[in-house]
Amino acid sequence: MKRSSAGTFQDFYSLLQSVHQIPRVDVLLGYTDVHGDLLPINNDDNYHKALSSANPLLRVIIQKKAESDAGVFASNSLQRKKKGLLRPAHYRAKPHLLIGMPQDFRQISSIIDVDILPETHRRVRLHKHGSDKPMGFYIRDGVSVRVAPQGVEKVPGIFISRLVKGGLAESTGLLAVSDEILEVNGIDVAGKSLDQVTDMMVANSHNLIITVKPANQRNNVIRSSKASGSSGVSTDSTPSQQTPSPASQYLSNYSTAESDEEGDLVIESDGAPHYGPVGCPNGGPADGPLPPSLSPHSSQGSLQSLGSHDGSPGRGSVREDGTLLTL
Amino acid sequence: AKLLLLFTCLFFVCLLGFLVQARTMRRFLRPGHDPVRERLKRELFQFNKTVEHGFPHQPSALGYSPFLHLMAIGTRSGAIKLYGAPGVEFVGLHEENNTVMQIHFIPDQCQLVTLLDDNSLHLWSLKQHSGASELWEDHRFTLKGPPGSPPSAAQITAVLPHSSREVLYLGTESGNIFVVELPSFGVLEDRTITSEAVLRWIPEDYCNRRSCELVEALQEHPKNPDQILIGYSRGLIVLWDRTSLSISFQQLENLSWQRDGSKFISCHYDGSYTQWPVSNDNRQSLPLENLVPYGPFPCKAISKIYWQTTRNGLPYIIFQGGMPRASYGDRHSISVIHGSQQIAFDFTSRVIDFFIIFSSEPTAEFDDPSAMVVLAEEELIVIDLKSAGWPAVHPPYLASLHCSAITCSHHVSNIPLKLWERIISAGSKQNVHFSNMPWPIDGGTNIAPDPPQRDLLLTGHEDGTVRFWDASGVCLHLLYKLSTVRVFLTDADPNDNMNTMGEDEWPPLRKVGTFDPYSDDPRLGIQKIYLCKYSGYLAVAGTAGQVLVMELNDEGAEHVVDHVEADLLQDQEGYRWKGHEKLKTRDGPVQFEAGFQPFVLVQCQPPAVVTSLALHSEWKLVAFGTSHGFGLFDHQQKRLVFVKCTLHPSDQLALEGPLSRVKSLKKSLRQSFRRIRRSRVSSRKRRGGGGNTSEVRGILQEMELAPVQRKIEARSAEDSFTGFVRTLYFADTFLRDSSRHCPSLWAGTNGGTVYAFCLRVPPAERRMDEPVRAEQAKEIQLMHRAPVVSILVLDGRNIPLPEPLEVAHDLSKSPDMQGSHQLLVVSEEQFKVFTLPKVSSKLKLKLTALEGCRVRKVMVANFGSCKTDDYNENDLAVLTNLGDIQIISLPFLKLQIRYPCIRKEDVSGIASCVFTKYGQGFYLISPSEFERFSLSTKWLVEPRCVVDVPEVSSNNHTHSRSVMENASRKSR
Repeated sequence: MKRSSAGTFQDFYSLLQSVHQIPRVDVLLGYTDVHGDLLPINNDDNYHKALSSANPLLRVIIQKKAESDAGVFASNSLQRKKKGLLRPAHYRAKPHLLIGMPQDFRQISSIIDVDILPETHRRVRLHKHGSDKPMGFYIRDGVSVRVAPQGVEKVPGIFISRLVKGGLAESTGLLAVSDEILEVNGIDVAGKSLDQVTDMMVANSHNLIITVKPANQRNNVIRSSKASGSSGVSTDSTPSQQTPSPASQYLSNYSTAESDEEGDLVIESDGAPHYGPVGCPNGGPADGPLPPSLSPHSSQGSLQSLGSHDGSPGRGSVREDGTLLTL
Repeated sequence: AKLLLLFTCLFFVCLLGFLVQARTMRRFLRPGHDPVRERLKRELFQFNKTVEHGFPHQPSALGYSPFLHLMAIGTRSGAIKLYGAPGVEFVGLHEENNTVMQIHFIPDQCQLVTLLDDNSLHLWSLKQHSGASELWEDHRFTLKGPPGSPPSAAQITAVLPHSSREVLYLGTESGNIFVVELPSFGVLEDRTITSEAVLRWIPEDYCNRRSCELVEALQEHPKNPDQILIGYSRGLIVLWDRTSLSISFQQLENLSWQRDGSKFISCHYDGSYTQWPVSNDNRQSLPLENLVPYGPFPCKAISKIYWQTTRNGLPYIIFQGGMPRASYGDRHSISVIHGSQQIAFDFTSRVIDFFIIFSSEPTAEFDDPSAMVVLAEEELIVIDLKSAGWPAVHPPYLASLHCSAITCSHHVSNIPLKLWERIISAGSKQNVHFSNMPWPIDGGTNIAPDPPQRDLLLTGHEDGTVRFWDASGVCLHLLYKLSTVRVFLTDADPNDNMNTMGEDEWPPLRKVGTFDPYSDDPRLGIQKIYLCKYSGYLAVAGTAGQVLVMELNDEGAEHVVDHVEADLLQDQEGYRWKGHEKLKTRDGPVQFEAGFQPFVLVQCQPPAVVTSLALHSEWKLVAFGTSHGFGLFDHQQKRLVFVKCTLHPSDQLALEGPLSRVKSLKKSLRQSFRRIRRSRVSSRKRRGGGGNTSEVRGILQEMELAPVQRKIEARSAEDSFTGFVRTLYFADTFLRDSSRHCPSLWAGTNGGTVYAFCLRVPPAERRMDEPVRAEQAKEIQLMHRAPVVSILVLDGRNIPLPEPLEVAHDLSKSPDMQGSHQLLVVSEEQFKVFTLPKVSSKLKLKLTALEGCRVRKVMVANFGSCKTDDYNENDLAVLTNLGDIQIISLPFLKLQIRYPCIRKEDVSGIASCVFTKYGQGFYLISPSEFERFSLSTKWLVEPRCVVDVPEVSSNNHTHSRSVMENASRKSR
C-alpha cells in the first residue's frame, strides 16, 4: 500500500477480506500502537492513525467478530491482550451492553485504598504508558504542620511544587500544587531528602503510587456515604472499579506485584552477527526496521518479537509465565 | 481444548492469589531473625576507619621532639598527626576543629602542647593502653588576661615549654609573658614577665622610643635554664634574668641560640640576620655580624633561622625566606649555607615550618645536623645534610598523592612476589637521585603484625601518570611511577630539565619536591586502569579516548608503539564531535625506561573520555567503552575485533562532547542572570513610581525563596548519555546454550542496556593465525533503564567467576561449569539475578524504589570469619550516593549490614572510593589523603605502635629542676 493513497477504512476492510479470501466473514481489526496497546481499526480516523504508526510495517490483527468480545481492546498491557485473544467465545456469560467505545480510552490514574487510609489522605496511582505523556510534576522541600500531643509542631516535608500543563499528573485532577507527599509506593518519605524522594519516584515511575495529603481538603472522600464505593469523589474520568474493603488491599498489592515484575526486554540474536552497522539499538524498536527473522513458529518466539517491536519494552517479554512463578 | 484452557486460566489465577498472599505475608515477616546468621554476621563484618594515607590537607603547624624522634603536623581543621618510624603514627582531633597554630613537644616527655587559632592551649599525651600507645587530649586551657585588659593581652604569640617540664612560657600580643604550670595550666602570677617590668629595666632612651609590642620569640638558654631570651617584634631582644639586652632596628622575626649559649642569632623582616654575643654584664650588647644574605636590593623577611655547629668548625646557617623581593619574592625557599656551599631550596608550595635533626645527646659538643625536614603546604621534604650535594630523602609516608590531581584509582590485592619485585626494581631505577640515608624520623616502634599480603593501589593522575603505591600496610609509599606522556606529542618537551642552572646563578636556587598541579594537557589524564597481576599486562585509558596496553619490561627499551583507530560511530552520519581533539602521537621509536612499556595504542574516535575498560590477559583481549560505544581489541594480533555503537540518535549531548555542554550551561546561567537583573530593574521602577510595594516585596520574596525543585519524570530511551558505556566484563560462561560455554564480553550502558557478545578465541597454538571472532548474542534492556554499574557471572556453586589466569596460577579453584550459571546485573537502582543461558529474571533487590539511594560503587568482596579459619563467603560491597556502605549477600541478594561511611555531600569522596577484594576500601578525604576503611573482621590494616620514653641521664634533670626551684625562689 502506498502511504499517500491509503484510501478509506472501507477500502482497507474489503482489501483485507479479499486478500484473506474471507469475503463474508465479519471481522474486527486491531493493531498495537507504540505503547503496546491493542487498539481497534474501525473507522477512517483510527485507520489513518494506525497507518501513521506503521514504521514501516503495520501489524494488523484480524479476529472473527463472534470470537471476540469488548474486552479485546482493553487498555493496559499485552498480558491482558493475550488472555483476551485466547479466551474462548463461550466465556462471555451474559450479553454485553456496549455503551460507547471504552477501548478508545485508557486508565491513567486511580484512587486506591480509600478504606484503609485516613480521610484526609489520598493514595493516587498513576499509570504511565510509554512516553507519550510526561509525568509532569515537580516536588520541593517544605514545612509540614503536624498535630502532636505537645501541640502543633513543624516538621520538614515534601510537597508538589508544580504541575506541567498537559502532563499526566495534571490530567488526573487528583494531584495539586502544595499537596504534601507522605508515601511513595508504600514507603514513608519522612526523614528522606528531596533527592532521595526524587530517586524513589523516578525508580517507581512506571507504576507510581503516591499518598498525598491534599492541600485542598474539601474534596475528600466521605467514607460514610456508601454511594461511591471506593472510588473517590472527584472529577476523575476513570473511577476505578475495584471492590471495596479487604480485597482492595490485596488488589493493590497484586497490581503492584504485577507491574513490579515488568520484565526486562531480552533480544536474542541467534547466529546473525549483530555488530556492525545495525543502527542504534537504543532507538527503540518503534524506530528500527524489523529484523528479517520474524517467523512466529513458536508462540514464545513471536511474543518476543512482539515485545521487542511494539515499542513497549518490558511488556510482553519473555518472562510472561516466569513473572508470576518466580519471585 | 477450550475447556482445558479455561481451567489453566483458573489455575493460574488461583496460583496468583496464593503467591500474592505468600508475598504479603513475607512482607510482614521481620527480616534478619535467624540467630545463627546474626552471629555469623558479627564474625564476618565490622566497620572501621583504620588509617589515613597521604599528606594532610592544609597543614598549618609542625613540631618535632628530638627526644622522642617524633614529628607532629597540625592542620587547619584541627587535626594533629604524629609520625615516627614507618608504621608509627597517631591522629588526634581537636573538638573545636580550629586551625592548629603551633605545636610544641614537652622536653623529655611523651607530651605535647598545641595552640589553636582560638587562643586555646591543649595538652596531649601518648599513653600506653593494652600494649599499644594512644594519643589522648589531657587538658585544655584558655589564657585570660588581667581583669579589664583588652583581649589582645591574652592572645598567645609564642610558646616555650621549659626544659624543667613543669612550666610553659607564653608570650602574648601585649608583650607580657605568662608562666603556667603543667599539666594543670595554672598561671603562676608571680612569675609573669610584664612588658612594664622589662621596660623599667632597659635604659630609658630606648624605652621612650619603642614600646615592647608583641612577643615574637621565646628561647631558653641552652646551658642555663634560668635565662630566657625574649624577642619583641619591634626589635628589642632581652635575655631575661636581666643580664643582657640587644636592640636591633629592624622588625624581629625569630631567634635561635648557638649550642654553647655564647651567641644567638636573630632574623628580621628586611631579610637580614644578626649574630649577637651574650654578655653577662647587664649591658646592651653590640651585634657581631649583620648580614643581608641576598642583598643589596630589598629582600623579603627571614622568618626563621638556625645556627648549627659542626665538628669541623664551619656552621650550618639555615634560614627560611630572605629572597630578593623584586625578582624572587614569590619563591618559597629555605637556604642552607655551610662554608662555601650554599643552596636555596625552592619549594613547590608555601613553607609552613621546618626543623633540623641534629645530635640530641645533651653531652655532645656540636649540633652536627643530619637532616632538614620541611613541611610545605602540599608536601613534606626531607634533605640529607650529610651526603654531598644535599639530596632529598624518599619519604616512607606522607606521600603527596595529589602532586598531580588524582583522576582514578584501581586496587589489586595479593600481588605475586615476582611481579612485586619487578615493580620495585623498576621503581628503584627511578629513585637514584634520592639519598640513601635511613629515614631520620625514627621514633617509636611499630608492633603491628606484618601485612598479610602485598597490595597495590594504582592512582591515575591528570598529568598522564600512573603511580604504584604499596598499600599493604599503614604506610602508603610510592613504588614506581609510570608516565604515558612519552607516547604523545605535547607542548612541553619531556627532556627539558627544570634544574639546569648555571654555576654562577644567584641566588643558587634548586627546585625540590614533586607537587605540580598544573597539567600540560588535560587530555593526558588517566581515567581507567586495569592491571593483570599474573601476566604483568596493564591497560590504561585516558581523557582523549586513548587506550594503551603495556607490558612489564625489566630493561629500558626503544620501540615503536603501534597505533590503531577505533571508530565507535561507525557509519552514523550527521554527527559532529565538538569536544577535544585526540592526542598527537610521536612518530618513530620512543625510548621507554624500565617498567611498564606501552606496545599498542588504541585511539577511540570520537576521542571522548574512556568510561570503562577491561583486560583479559589469558585471551589477550582488551575492551574499552566511551559515551559513544565500545570496542574489543586483540592485543596479541594487534587487531580490532569489533566496535559497537551504543548511541541513541537523539542524544546530541553525547555527540557534541563536553565543551558544548559547558557552553550551554554558561548560556543558561547568563540568561538566568539577565532575567534576575530584568526583574530587579522592573521592581525598582515600580517602587520609584510609587507602585504597590507589597506586590514588589512579594516578587522579591518569591525570587529569593524560589525553592529547589526536582522534576519527576520517567527515564526514557531519549535521555542524554544513555549510550555511555559504564561497565565491561569478560566471562567464560553459557551464553548460547546450557551445554557449551564460551568466552563472552558483556557491556552495560547508562540507559540500562546490557549487551552480550559471544567470542571465539583461537586455541593457543593458532592464536596468531586465526582471527578472534565476536557475535552479538544478547541484548537486555532493563525495564527501569537505570545505568548499569556492574555485571558479574556466578558459577554453578554461586561463586563469582575467577579472574583470568587465576586458575592457571593455582590461586583459585576452577569455576563450576556443571551447574547452571547466573548473571548478576547491578544497576544504580537494582540488583538483579538472571539465569543463563536463557536470560530470565530470578530475583532482585530494589534499592532506589525502597530507600531512595543509588549504587555508586560495587565490588565482590571475600569475607573470612574471625572465629573459624576455614569459613569465608563472597558478598557484594556497595557504596551508595548517600555515602552508606551496604553488604549484600550472594547469591540471594539479602542486605546484611549497613554502615554510614562518607558524608553524602562529599561527592568527590564517594566518587573516589575503591573496594578491595577482601573487604577493605579507600576514599579521598581531601585531594591529598586517602581514608582507609575495613568492612572485614579479619583483614584490618591499622597502625599499632609503642612509643617508649627513652632512658635519660636523670642527673641532668634533677640538676635543672633544682636550678628551677632556685629561680622561682629568687623571683619571689
